[in-house]
Amino acid sequence: MTAAIEYTLAELCIVAASKAFADEGEVLGTGIGVIPRLAASLAMKTTNPDLMMTDSEAWMLSEPNPLGKRPADFVPATESWMGFSRIFDNVWSGRRHAMLGPTQIDKYGQSNTSALGGTYDKPKSMMLGARGFPGNSISHPNSFFVPEHNTRVFMDGECDFVSSIGYNPARLPKGHRLEDIDIRLVITDLCVMDFGGPEHQIRLVSLHPGITAEQVQASTGYPVYIPDEVPTTAAPTRAQLDIIAALDPHHQRAQQIKDNPAGNRA
Amino acid sequence: MNKQMTAAQVVAQLKDGMTIGIGGWGPRRKPMALVREILRSDVKDLTVVSYGGADVGMLCAAGKVKKVVFAFVSLDFIPLEPYFRQARQSGAIEVMEIDEGMMLLGLRAASWGLPFIPTEVGLGTDIITKNPGIKVIDSPYDDKEWVAMPALKLDVSLLHVDRADVRGVCQIAGPDHYMDDWFARAAAKTFVSCDELVATEYFHDPAQARLVHWERSMTTGVIPIPGGAHPTSCSPLYGFDVPHFKAYAASAKEESGICGYFDKFLGASEQEYQKNVGGLDAIRAIELPTY
Repeated sequence: MTAAIEYTLAELCIVAASKAFADEGEVLGTGIGVIPRLAASLAMKTTNPDLMMTDSEAWMLSEPNPLGKRPADFVPATESWMGFSRIFDNVWSGRRHAMLGPTQIDKYGQSNTSALGGTYDKPKSMMLGARGFPGNSISHPNSFFVPEHNTRVFMDGECDFVSSIGYNPARLPKGHRLEDIDIRLVITDLCVMDFGGPEHQIRLVSLHPGITAEQVQASTGYPVYIPDEVPTTAAPTRAQLDIIAALDPHHQRAQQIKDNPAGNRA
Repeated sequence: MNKQMTAAQVVAQLKDGMTIGIGGWGPRRKPMALVREILRSDVKDLTVVSYGGADVGMLCAAGKVKKVVFAFVSLDFIPLEPYFRQARQSGAIEVMEIDEGMMLLGLRAASWGLPFIPTEVGLGTDIITKNPGIKVIDSPYDDKEWVAMPALKLDVSLLHVDRADVRGVCQIAGPDHYMDDWFARAAAKTFVSCDELVATEYFHDPAQARLVHWERSMTTGVIPIPGGAHPTSCSPLYGFDVPHFKAYAASAKEESGICGYFDKFLGASEQEYQKNVGGLDAIRAIELPTY
């Protein structure tokens, strides 16, 4: 009898998030933040070896770089130049899948990375700004990672500032269909969701071990479509954990979710 | 043609109300010495177009900015530039908030003499509801609507490069030249500070010429300032100064604010500034970042 594998919630999320990149083929996988970056890197090493990735600076890589400081003799597997001016050639080709972490995600899947509260002329809290969210959201598939699933992120009403296009009929541009918008997985510290419910309602896809559907709904400011049967998010395998450890030798994944809990909170 | 000049001569050509483009990206290869010279001057009411970092933050804090055209203003490892944040939250500045790619399109349109470049970027977002200056138009070729990203015409661009000659041939040998070539092309006048002034013959080696991203007709002035990107990076020469950026960000929480930061570091000249931050050798020893 084998002992149960121990894994953290962060590691569970990395594996769950890596599924977003699994069937994408030869696209640029962009994971912004530690967990999304490790998710894309894990997919590139396992389920999707055709995935493309940058070194987060100016080069495409044939193998994902590990996170953090590297030994002096480390040689990155450089493939091609990909400076910031060229990135948009890729973005606007649609051959990309980005996983990002916005401040707000509303019931339409619209997200906010910019102004919070107050008015647009004088916001209470100015966050990052629109960055590349408008272009990403209309050009290629996107997924979201949210380290703390709560009603401030998944808020009632529309985002204070809409940085990315979602399934909102009132804002649908002329000549576009809601089906053209492609939001894939939403991975949080409680569950995996997507926008595959009726009329693009946010939908529960899997619950992390020890978490209930009631907890998810209580932490979400709008109705979540809950199917009759909701599987448990798959536990990482030993092989996946070993790859993650090699990609994250400095354990940055331990600082991404508050208190770095164990994966199984049953 | 000899385009060599001083930072003071650059700033003497700036007028209140100008639209100024600043190259680089966040904490990376910004013409900070030229920005510091603006901070020492009376120039004000500027519209700043930038993939912003402390260039935008300091200019806003010093009260010199009327409007910022931005997709972000960030120091990367300090995600929210504190002085831009204060300016934004106090309502002190006007903004044109756009997508990073829209800024590139606006610079290209200006460079090519076009009134706009069509894109779908911005559709379905508050980019188009909050920016009255950005129009949504029909297309003569299809039934969709498109964002007409307007040309971002610049009176002046300020850039920092690794090496340049006096004729305005400018080399960026680091991993990324960002959008500096488009800033150079979109401006009526482009002033380029360089870490090293080289002889024209330096570029006779094709490997060096290959790293020149715009032709010299786009360069108005060349200002040799070794260490002139500090505290931003100028890869591969030096990285960005993490302790200095932390001190800068911390100053925003102090009552003395930007005045405290300027009193400690700015100095009456770049020479004094560099002395205040430990000298050119210390700047050149700053480790490159790992991403």
